[in-house]
Amino acid sequence: MSAPVIVLLLAFLVAPIGMAAWVSVSDWNGIGSPFAAGVHAVGARNYTALLSQPGLPQQQLGESLRNNLYYVILVVPVQTALALALALFVSRRRLAGRGLFRTAYYFPSITSSVAVSILFLYIFGTSGVVNAIVGHLGGQGPNWFNDPNGLLHIIASGLGLTTAPGALANHGFLGVSWWDWLAGPSVAMIAIITLAIWTTSGTFMLIFLPAIYAIPADLTEAAIMDGASAWQRFRKVTLPMLRPALFLVLTLGLISTWQVFDQIYLMSQGNPAGTTLTPAFLSYLTSFGNQQWGQGAAIAFILFAIIVVLTIVQRLIISERRADGVS
Amino acid sequence: MRRRRLVSRGLLYLVVVFFAVLYIYPFLLDIGTAFKTEADAAAHPLSPIPQHWVLSAFSALAQQDFALWLANSVVVAVFVTLGRIVFDSMAGYALARLRFRGRGGLFAAIIAVMAVPSVVLLIPTFLVLKELNLFNSYPGMILPLMTDAAGVFIMRQFFLTIHPSIEEAAKIDGAGIFRTFWSVVLPTARPALLTLMILSFQGSWNNFSMILVAHSSPSLDTLTTGVGRLVSGQLGAGTQYPLQLAAALAMTIPVAIVFFVFQKYIMRSGEGAIKE
Repeated sequence: MSAPVIVLLLAFLVAPIGMAAWVSVSDWNGIGSPFAAGVHAVGARNYTALLSQPGLPQQQLGESLRNNLYYVILVVPVQTALALALALFVSRRRLAGRGLFRTAYYFPSITSSVAVSILFLYIFGTSGVVNAIVGHLGGQGPNWFNDPNGLLHIIASGLGLTTAPGALANHGFLGVSWWDWLAGPSVAMIAIITLAIWTTSGTFMLIFLPAIYAIPADLTEAAIMDGASAWQRFRKVTLPMLRPALFLVLTLGLISTWQVFDQIYLMSQGNPAGTTLTPAFLSYLTSFGNQQWGQGAAIAFILFAIIVVLTIVQRLIISERRADGVS
Repeated sequence: MRRRRLVSRGLLYLVVVFFAVLYIYPFLLDIGTAFKTEADAAAHPLSPIPQHWVLSAFSALAQQDFALWLANSVVVAVFVTLGRIVFDSMAGYALARLRFRGRGGLFAAIIAVMAVPSVVLLIPTFLVLKELNLFNSYPGMILPLMTDAAGVFIMRQFFLTIHPSIEEAAKIDGAGIFRTFWSVVLPTARPALLTLMILSFQGSWNNFSMILVAHSSPSLDTLTTGVGRLVSGQLGAGTQYPLQLAAALAMTIPVAIVFFVFQKYIMRSGEGAIKE
């Protein structure tokens, strides 16, 4: 009875991954079958071109990792905190219309990435919603999707640091100077980060809700009797009880934010100046766009490795914390 | 003390309403702007009410292949959903109940598969579709999406909660495995099947990346890839905000309907434990 699923899994998961692994160490150019006679194994060449050989591929990978790193650093904590806050609000028993609010917060989660991307292209457009608000407040909004300036560079130049210190400009990692690693998310990326937080916080709110309802009421009541303030109750009762849900949300967030693809494809194609390039989109661009399938597949496996390593590291941290709690 | 409580309640409502506006107002703007002229959309981005109601965005949309995209989306979503319901429930049942060699290994493999990030599968899926001559075909767009380890997991967990006595009764009456599964076990699984159905419909209707790599022919575009082309400027120039927002609105309506009809099931997660 599980035969159909086994066939599907083999045909569309196991076999594909094996084929891609082969392509990532081959010189296949997209024409014909990757198993045809003219396709050769090239060893780790595709990987070294990306990881250790100075050149455009390495620089693009470095940039995409930097961009995605800032995306993760901003999206994961903010969406988690927001989801928790929203869940705490709508779980209040005395909040009238909380079902309505819950629906409102969750609705963006069911909308397709295409529809949401269109919405945010409009909202962050040059004459869009955000800039209209900024204009009403007397300021002038940026040209969001055409502005490659990094947030930290903008702050640095506001403090008078306009040129890169030599130590940072002349050295770097993966073809990107340390100065550029420290650029922060570009203005364009900030718009996409806002989109991500807006769409997913409702999804994760739904994970927090059952955990909140599972907190025994007498626990909270006992804390109130002991004269604990709302903040103390949150820190000492609510948060510890929500730990499993919190870790689930963080793990899911970490995994999904490293995979951002749709929004980049639809909204920016990696522009401006490569500041919204992500490994997932770079992998697509390199293979489907430039027909360099070996390198594109190699990028996909590097991304896979990053996600696996981060998940393992997170698990280790969790189990260590648990051990601490016991002792 | 009472006044303080009143103030804090007022503050709570203020915050909750503020966020509700933040999450819903963009959709109101979407609806309104879809009925605006381009000049109106550019001049009054903050107002959801058009100065003059026009249908030009929708008639422009009709001139694109919108009907074709819609039909393709329906085909993909219906087949993926049906396929997942049948295959996931069968596999889930087998994993929960039947004794066969390698059951533990198979379950572990399914859990492992759930952990493979979907964007990592874009190139692999394309390669296999090419190899099987399924690229640029409906089966090529449907089959990869039908592969759904998470659904198998959901169904297995559900079948584990059903008491085996129901099946034993059927067995005594002389029903075979398939018969027992089909007419005795499956009807009890309605809540789980509904969850699976909603997730599958929403997931396949909204899917962009897998459909993108499964075809290149415009005649196979679904709403996501068709409208996606519209956005990334491959069809026509300029921003065309009303047109794009009209497309976004139109493609959201079906999932919104499913969402509101089955809202209780989707949001159920939180309600189960409420004591009022």
